[in-house]
Amino acid sequence: MAKVPVQFTLNGSEKAEFIDSGTTLLNALRDKIGDTSPKGGCHQGTCGACSVIIDGELRLSCLMLAETCNGATITTTSGLAVGGVLHPLQRAFLDTFATQCGFCTPGMIMAAKVLLDHTPNPSREDVVEALSGNICRCTGYEPIIRAVLAAARANPQNAA
Amino acid sequence: MELRKSYFADVRKDDLHEIGQPRPRSDSPGHVTGRTAYFADRNFPGMLHLKMVRSPHHHARIRSIDTSEAEKHPGVIKVLTAKDVPHNVYTILILIQVGPEDETVLADGKVRWKGEAVVAVLAETERAAQEAAAKVKVDYEVLPAVFDMEEALKPGAPIVNEYHGQNYYLYDSGACRKVRFGDVEAGFAQADHVLEQSYQSSPIEHAPTETTGCVVAPEGNDRFTCHTNTQAMFFTLDNTSIILQMPGSKLHFVGGTVGGGFGGKVDVIVEPIAILGAKLTGRPVCFIYSREEEMQISSPRAAEKVVIKDGVMKDGRIVARKVTGYTDAGAYSRHSPYGAQKGAGHYPGPYTVPNVWIDTYCVYTNRTPSSAMRGFGVTIGDFALEVQMDKLARLIGMDPLEFRFINAYRDGDMKAHRQPTEGAALIECMQEAARVANWPVAEKYMAMSSYKNGA
Ligand code: FES
Ligand code: FES
Repeated sequence: MAKVPVQFTLNGSEKAEFIDSGTTLLNALRDKIGDTSPKGGCHQGTCGACSVIIDGELRLSCLMLAETCNGATITTTSGLAVGGVLHPLQRAFLDTFATQCGFCTPGMIMAAKVLLDHTPNPSREDVVEALSGNICRCTGYEPIIRAVLAAARANPQNAA
Repeated sequence: MELRKSYFADVRKDDLHEIGQPRPRSDSPGHVTGRTAYFADRNFPGMLHLKMVRSPHHHARIRSIDTSEAEKHPGVIKVLTAKDVPHNVYTILILIQVGPEDETVLADGKVRWKGEAVVAVLAETERAAQEAAAKVKVDYEVLPAVFDMEEALKPGAPIVNEYHGQNYYLYDSGACRKVRFGDVEAGFAQADHVLEQSYQSSPIEHAPTETTGCVVAPEGNDRFTCHTNTQAMFFTLDNTSIILQMPGSKLHFVGGTVGGGFGGKVDVIVEPIAILGAKLTGRPVCFIYSREEEMQISSPRAAEKVVIKDGVMKDGRIVARKVTGYTDAGAYSRHSPYGAQKGAGHYPGPYTVPNVWIDTYCVYTNRTPSSAMRGFGVTIGDFALEVQMDKLARLIGMDPLEFRFINAYRDGDMKAHRQPTEGAALIECMQEAARVANWPVAEKYMAMSSYKNGA
């Protein structure tokens, strides 16, 4: 199988790899780069566990070919905590008991981050809509919705 | 509320400072930072991918298997069939003497459900394994199949599983688990009304977000480390030891982190064959169910049928209850003989009934083998019982909650299993529920107690 070069920025650091043409971004991140925070729950675009942020947009990494991501800026959940300090969303997921098995959590946090980046003060409906592509089989969703709303409230810009 | 204090007077304080307080989970920091290591997060150089060739038929004899084309496929390292498995016929509960061994790791001569594993292909990449699996030729002679439990129990029905010889699990008590208490027919004769209803449920898939699987690495000294998301670590270790005829000391199981299980990851399915693959190739092996396999291949909660016949008096007393429960094990036992037995232990529900008759059957059909799921054996039974309770209340024109107060078991009542009731607290629980739900019940019920002489 032909190898192709890929190069992108992942959580602030530059990555370059040779991969088999046709490798999904999810598999490239997990198997080649070693970032296992995006999870493969279905490999067919239905569960959201593999969600990452590419150039500011929410993407399902299982449906993207890694070779189409050349030059992109990619964020995953493993890159959110800076200097050991949790991102407000991570803090809120901890505080509101929004994880159980945790398998959906990295994808949920990605979806929530894109929402808060675009809509810092979302309504409950906004949150439900933003998380609608992410499946959680454990929590029943309510704690996750509460976590996202709590993270938004924790944003000093929203203190009105 | 008072009752709990008297029961636990010596063991509990009422200055609770944990309940109702949020407490961080020890594993959550790993979850929110993406650091938690699930089995599939382990990656080993040279790791092979395992894909199964599965039966397209519900019931068929295997005339021949031709793996020659698959073996020639680029990237294929090994192709495994039944003859490669040291102890191919097993059953999970053999560890607690619930036999006979009735299930094949890889099908041998016959398939008994659509999706059954027939041939395992190990290749350098997932894609090569998949493509080679498609090149395995299996010649089947399709046999008549049975999908309905009552059909399966009829004389002349196709025999699903020869290791049993009949389409039900043979308990030491016979074709079913039985409970007999009082005289149920006399109870029906005396009753003002008799109501017989049947309740049925479909199989339910747990659909965990993380699919079932394992990653196995040879340690180089004939010992194997298996990273798995099993919910049943020691069952898996011990059964693998039997299937591979390897001492447990050669098997190092690493687990504990499960991406959702709900009972769906207690069967010993992926680990033995992956470890065998690692042993025969000397390479690390990963075997992960695709989403389709998780939904179609992994054991669901059993389909159940529950027939309840009750005799009830106009004043609300249930005087006779007859329950026949059927648990659809699918083609193999797995945990279903135990599930059906739990049903027998659970009926007639938390009610005191003087005349009880219970039969529960574990039935084999050509459906996907079922197994554990959250309260299996009792959850569907509770659904049936409580719907029946509502119907009985309506039949005699009584409030459904008051009807339950009349029949609730209370301390000292003899249960159908001949254990006196202890620590019931059902009355108090219903009183609290009535208050919280703002469901008015007559004062005399609110004054009742699970202590019989207290009311
Ligand atoms: S793994 Fe990408 S959506 Fe499920
Ligand atoms: S916490 Fe288990 S899937 Fe969401």
